[in-house]
Amino acid sequence: MGKFLVHRLLGVLPVMFGVSVIIFLLMHLAPGDVTTVLLGPQATEAAKTELRHALGLDQPLPLQYGRWLWRTLHGDFGVSIATQLHVAALVLPRFVNTMLLTVASLFLAIVIGYGAGLFAALRTRSIFDRGTMVVTLLAGSTPPFWLGLILVLLFAIRLRWLPVSGMTDMAGDGGALDVLRHLVLPAVTTALGPAAIITRMVRSSLREALERPHVRVARAKGLSRGVLLRRHVILNALPPIVTITGLQLGYLIGGALLTEVVFAWPGLGSLLYDSITARDMPAVQATTLLIALAFVLVNILVDFINVLLDPRLRDA
Amino acid sequence: MSTDVVLELRGLRTRFGPERGGTVAVDGVSFALRRGRTTALVGESGSGKSVTALSIMGLIEPPGHVVAGEILLDGRDLRRAGAREFEGVRGSRIGMVFQDPLTSLNPVLTFGSQIAETIRAHEPISRAAAEQRAVRLLEHVGVVDAAARAQDYPHHFSGGMRQRALIAAAIACRPDIIIADEPTTALDVTVQATILRLLHDLQQEMHASLLLITHDLGVVAAMADDVLVMYAGRVVERADVDTLFHAPRHPYTRALLGCATGIEDDRRAPLQPIEGMPPDLRHPPPGCRFAPRCRHAVAACDAASPALQPFGAAHEVACHRAAEVLADA
Repeated sequence: MGKFLVHRLLGVLPVMFGVSVIIFLLMHLAPGDVTTVLLGPQATEAAKTELRHALGLDQPLPLQYGRWLWRTLHGDFGVSIATQLHVAALVLPRFVNTMLLTVASLFLAIVIGYGAGLFAALRTRSIFDRGTMVVTLLAGSTPPFWLGLILVLLFAIRLRWLPVSGMTDMAGDGGALDVLRHLVLPAVTTALGPAAIITRMVRSSLREALERPHVRVARAKGLSRGVLLRRHVILNALPPIVTITGLQLGYLIGGALLTEVVFAWPGLGSLLYDSITARDMPAVQATTLLIALAFVLVNILVDFINVLLDPRLRDA
Repeated sequence: MSTDVVLELRGLRTRFGPERGGTVAVDGVSFALRRGRTTALVGESGSGKSVTALSIMGLIEPPGHVVAGEILLDGRDLRRAGAREFEGVRGSRIGMVFQDPLTSLNPVLTFGSQIAETIRAHEPISRAAAEQRAVRLLEHVGVVDAAARAQDYPHHFSGGMRQRALIAAAIACRPDIIIADEPTTALDVTVQATILRLLHDLQQEMHASLLLITHDLGVVAAMADDVLVMYAGRVVERADVDTLFHAPRHPYTRALLGCATGIEDDRRAPLQPIEGMPPDLRHPPPGCRFAPRCRHAVAACDAASPALQPFGAAHEVACHRAAEVLADA
């Protein structure tokens, strides 16, 4: 087990290296120039060249990348070109906000998805089952930004139950309760798609597990319904459910992007959006690396849970 | 003798699908299982052997339903039992061993815990004590180094070892009846004999009634006291094992014996396949269901379905021409 973890954690390094190279190259391939952003369209060519030199952007690409890598490996993420703030100070509070939204959305998606999926699987072909399938199909195909706008229209503007936007952070005037009030609409918006996907996966995975021959053998032992479901159905259905939940968590971390923009949620998504438009290389690199790291770690966690669940994987 | 009867089926009828257009897989099957005896249920695939066993266990799942008949366990009709009461019977009074040991064990639970759970379902016993008993049961069914192996998972074991564990789980509460549904079909030939031997020994030791479902007549000859022959959802012949092999009266039984390979035959008699196919149970023939394939069939066979008729003390045959068939051989 320890060997498995060490092995997988070592695997993170090449993945992170690859991600950073790709992001670095993509940013340089994209049209546009940070000096234009900083100095404005009226700037002279001489001024631009001078700024480029000052930022080290006139050096060869491998050298630029090497310097960035060296600094990053020493824990220095550099200074944001657009805001002149330390990237770490810029990214960290945004990361906390995104995690807050992500965890809240995941919690909602799991409660809805596991509950509805289990209920639908145990009542195959019932009205509830069919209804769940229709609703999840609709929910899964609804674009979150549209849903977000509709929810804002209904609950914030018409009914005035919840705020539209304006979330600051935990330390703000309203305290935790205020944060919660701001959290409801974006969390629901982000959670709905993943909840639909998780519901369908839970349902199909449980139904498949219910059909396995060992379930009939277990019934022949006279086990009660509860024991039968826990030990012989749910336990066996869990690996694909854990996997899809992990994938959805990865999606939520990065994919809260649009929701964050709609609700002006001060998270990584809106930071990434601003940084890319500003060609703010250090900020983009740090943000994407953080998202990629979270994604990879979630995947390792998922694999680890699955190894715990299925003894056959332990020998592999 | 009737006090020996531990389970009796009366007119069992199990249907899959709707009343019109559904398939009646078991159609009016009646028999009794007696303590300390092995009853073989033989017939080809689709004759209703397994469905009969699953009906007894209450394990028929929709779209299937037991639609008529009585399943009397010590005189109490299990069809009237509630779900809870039936759970108390399964695994405790009746243990069942299934066909494929490779898929019958839960891959994510240890060997020992899958035996212990039978005990825990029926007795007020701690987990530790149940696992202790599971180890002793594993030893009893011939698993070497049982204490260590009880902690292993099913994929570490061969098919034969898995079937031993499944047998241990089935007999963990010392049931009065063991139902074994083709317990050796999925196993290597070399392992088959040891598994059958084990079942036989356990049945003797517990003085239980063993219902052995098989299509292997060699197994029947070696294991059974009584034999029931099923065809297209009905019992067509019932006899003790000697009578069945030496004086079978139903043309289907005789044809089945003709299909069996046997090296003890001096002459190299060619195998005799049964011509034709079993009937489509959605539209069974109106009379005797074997009549379309039967070389003894007469007009009466297509007109009316024959009931089981006694021939001697413990021999029943469902054939209009049973009296003539024996002489005609």
